Amino acid sequence: MLEFYFNWIVLPMDSMLRLSTPLVLCALAGMFSERSGVVNIALEGKLLAGAFAAAATAAVTGSAWAGLFAAMATGIVLAMLHGFATITHRGDQIVSGMAINILVAGITVILGRFWFGQGGQTPNLQGNARFESIDFIGAEFISNIPLIGPLYSEVLSGHSLMLYLAFVMVPLAWYLLFKTRFGLRLRAVGEAPAAVDTAGISVTWLRYRALIICGVLTGIAGAYLSTGSSTAQFIPNMSAGKGYIALAALIFGKWRPVQAMMGCFLFGLLEAYAIRLQGTEIPGLGTIPVQFIEMVPYVLTVILLAGFIGRANPPKAIGVPYVKERE
Amino acid sequence: MSQHKIPGWVNFALIPVLNVLLAFLVSALVFVYIDISPWSALKVMWQGAFGYDEGWGYTLYYATGFIFTGLAVAVAFHAQLFNIGGEGQAYVAGLGVALISLSLGNVLPAILVIPLVIVFSGLFGASWAFIPAYLQAKRGSHIVITTIMFNFIGASLMGYMLVEVLKPEFSMAPESARFPEASLIPKIYEVLKPLGIELTPSPLNLSFLFALVCCVFVWLFVWNTKWGYEIRAFGANPSAAKYAGVNAVKVTVMAMMISGMLAGFFALNTVSGEMHQLKLNYVAGFGFTGIAVALMGRNHPIGIVMASLLFGFLYQGGAELAFEFPGVDSKIIVVLQGLIILFCGALEYMLKPYVEKLYLAAVAKKEVSHA
Repeated sequence: MLEFYFNWIVLPMDSMLRLSTPLVLCALAGMFSERSGVVNIALEGKLLAGAFAAAATAAVTGSAWAGLFAAMATGIVLAMLHGFATITHRGDQIVSGMAINILVAGITVILGRFWFGQGGQTPNLQGNARFESIDFIGAEFISNIPLIGPLYSEVLSGHSLMLYLAFVMVPLAWYLLFKTRFGLRLRAVGEAPAAVDTAGISVTWLRYRALIICGVLTGIAGAYLSTGSSTAQFIPNMSAGKGYIALAALIFGKWRPVQAMMGCFLFGLLEAYAIRLQGTEIPGLGTIPVQFIEMVPYVLTVILLAGFIGRANPPKAIGVPYVKERE
Repeated sequence: MSQHKIPGWVNFALIPVLNVLLAFLVSALVFVYIDISPWSALKVMWQGAFGYDEGWGYTLYYATGFIFTGLAVAVAFHAQLFNIGGEGQAYVAGLGVALISLSLGNVLPAILVIPLVIVFSGLFGASWAFIPAYLQAKRGSHIVITTIMFNFIGASLMGYMLVEVLKPEFSMAPESARFPEASLIPKIYEVLKPLGIELTPSPLNLSFLFALVCCVFVWLFVWNTKWGYEIRAFGANPSAAKYAGVNAVKVTVMAMMISGMLAGFFALNTVSGEMHQLKLNYVAGFGFTGIAVALMGRNHPIGIVMASLLFGFLYQGGAELAFEFPGVDSKIIVVLQGLIILFCGALEYMLKPYVEKLYLAAVAKKEVSHA
């Protein structure tokens, strides 16, 4: 019984936290962008670029912190490119997002091969070049308490700083978006940019600021992937669709921080079980094909978007470039 | 200054060409950075893609795939629908090809099986586009998000089919069995051999001709039928079109299903024409490249054929490049592709004001000198 509890509740919850960390950060990043009216399917590309920048910088400097800052800077640069195309030049936001995703998928491999000559990977990161896991006080001792002990010592304790940072971001994002003047304006610019403009507030500058936040958050997410998780190096295409799942979680959470985090937890847990269930036989059911568990987040998002379970209403002005004066 | 109109060729020819050149210029900088002279890279690519007949074969073979996925994106674009799901539609269409080929390939003669293969590739592709289209039209869910989700659902579904259903017993690789001879689309060098024309074997197959037929079909359909007119009217102004009696649900579903069908035909070229079996992730991003092709080709069949040739050249040339310069990944083409989407798509209007200003200044100068 205890073994079952440990293998099927404690360990999956532990993996869930690890797997949902990049999702939470990307979903929050997407939330700032989309709440300001800029569609962001480029989360995937920014995440991958962040992972590459972090690992490459950490490999060269030997400092994971330098890697983190490089990842955030890269995220901002790509977000500014997205902004330049879609806000300044009113280009199509989806096309621009696509372009960034494809560009990053290519350039990371090219630069990785040129710099490190390992088929696009970065060297394995060791010591200060990666974020080591942090053990909570008394984790060893508390783990002996039945049921609750493992939750503390296995699930909550023993992750890298980046993971805790991600979850601190959720209340911060909520506060910024719903309790500050900036947040109010940001939400307004995604619903009715003309009204914001009439009030004498720059639509362009607000949206650029939203994208800067987006870039920072995706950068952290990328740094987590390559320097804060057990992988500890960059591998080509290591984001593997996580940016898109985060987008799904964001929609699933109806563009709200806490709900989006819940969506990430759900998708993270599904992934955790998909990994654990691989090839395991369930009494009475036989083996569940992993592929079916894998597709659940996407199917749920489609069903939600279609309004069959609740309704996900995107910000009103999303995807529409703002034109100041009549032409 | 007298008022001058900007002539059409500035917007439809000059600016797109400048955008492509800009994309090439930036990728040339990438080449310079990784210590490869862009000029010698271009020479290697040109030689690899057009220098000998096998290279030509590969170039046209890649181009065939891009024509299908490019047309797919274009048809949906005319209805203002962004079909990002070409990747998934092409992937699922491979299943249609595999099912028909494996079940009927040994039973029926080629003359009957191949048309069925064509029909089923189109049918499977179209059906994968149907649900996103229907949900957009009826329930208002955004087609871009739904088609992205369907790409992933399709990938999982196909993974399951390949690993659990289609994989022959005792085989390790997630691939189907090889298709029977009768169900394969013939290679062009095989077709030409009895006529006394000897070509080096290459993957170029009769799907290429079918792709050209599809171009004509798209041209006829979009610009010369009532349905095409409805699609374009709906794309230009949905509310006006609805007011004029266009059925929004019908147009959305029709445009997306034709788009899905065209994306599905991609399977003919790659699965039925070259691989002769279904493999995991066989589409390999060609569906996404279709977006770049459609953008460059301005959603017109002629433009799409030209853009496909360019991308065919880039893919074949890029493969040669990776062969010739060790240390360069063929992903360099992906960089170029991203830049093309960026400059021809997202930054489409960046140069417009400057080019127009320059044009007007040139015209004004001419007038002054005439006076």
